[in-house]
Amino acid sequence: MRATSAEQAQPGSLVLICLAGWAIPGAAHLWLGHRMKGLVFLVALPLMFALGLLFQGRLFPFELSQPLVGLAALADLAIGLPYLVATSLGYGAGQVVAPTYEYGNTFLIVAGLLNVLVILDAYDVAVGRK
Amino acid sequence: MASHFLLLVLFALLVSVVFAVLMKDEPREQVRFGGLLFAGFVGSALVLGWLMYPFPL
Repeated sequence: MRATSAEQAQPGSLVLICLAGWAIPGAAHLWLGHRMKGLVFLVALPLMFALGLLFQGRLFPFELSQPLVGLAALADLAIGLPYLVATSLGYGAGQVVAPTYEYGNTFLIVAGLLNVLVILDAYDVAVGRK
Repeated sequence: MASHFLLLVLFALLVSVVFAVLMKDEPREQVRFGGLLFAGFVGSALVLGWLMYPFPL
């Protein structure tokens, strides 16, 4: 369904919409009036992130000397507020000997990357491409 | 929870739900696309798992 020009967001609010979508997964879709989509993202993505922490996954540090670790850290950060809350509470140290460690990492990284896709989708909706 | 299969199913379920809602607008299409994705994830993991079975660790 293509948005009408009246529904298209202004450049300033586009930035705010994307920032809101980054900080709170699904917030951008809720802002744009796509309630069901927004609610699904609001539940599924933080749940995935929380499961990643529960499975002893690690929130990777920003180490430029190890490019893959740095990229994983960026993916972790992409989930927004849940990442900031988890790091401030000291979660995400990761237990490398836990059987679920790699699953935890996968859940954490994929939750962030999916949120990037969600933000891009919200951007497309906001500019009227979808 | 240390069952690799359950973790795989959980991961497939969450990713399928997000992708289905992201890619399709109609609820009926979302259910169909999400179901296909979920079946694809779990099915391909089972097939790949059995294909790797003869190889030693």
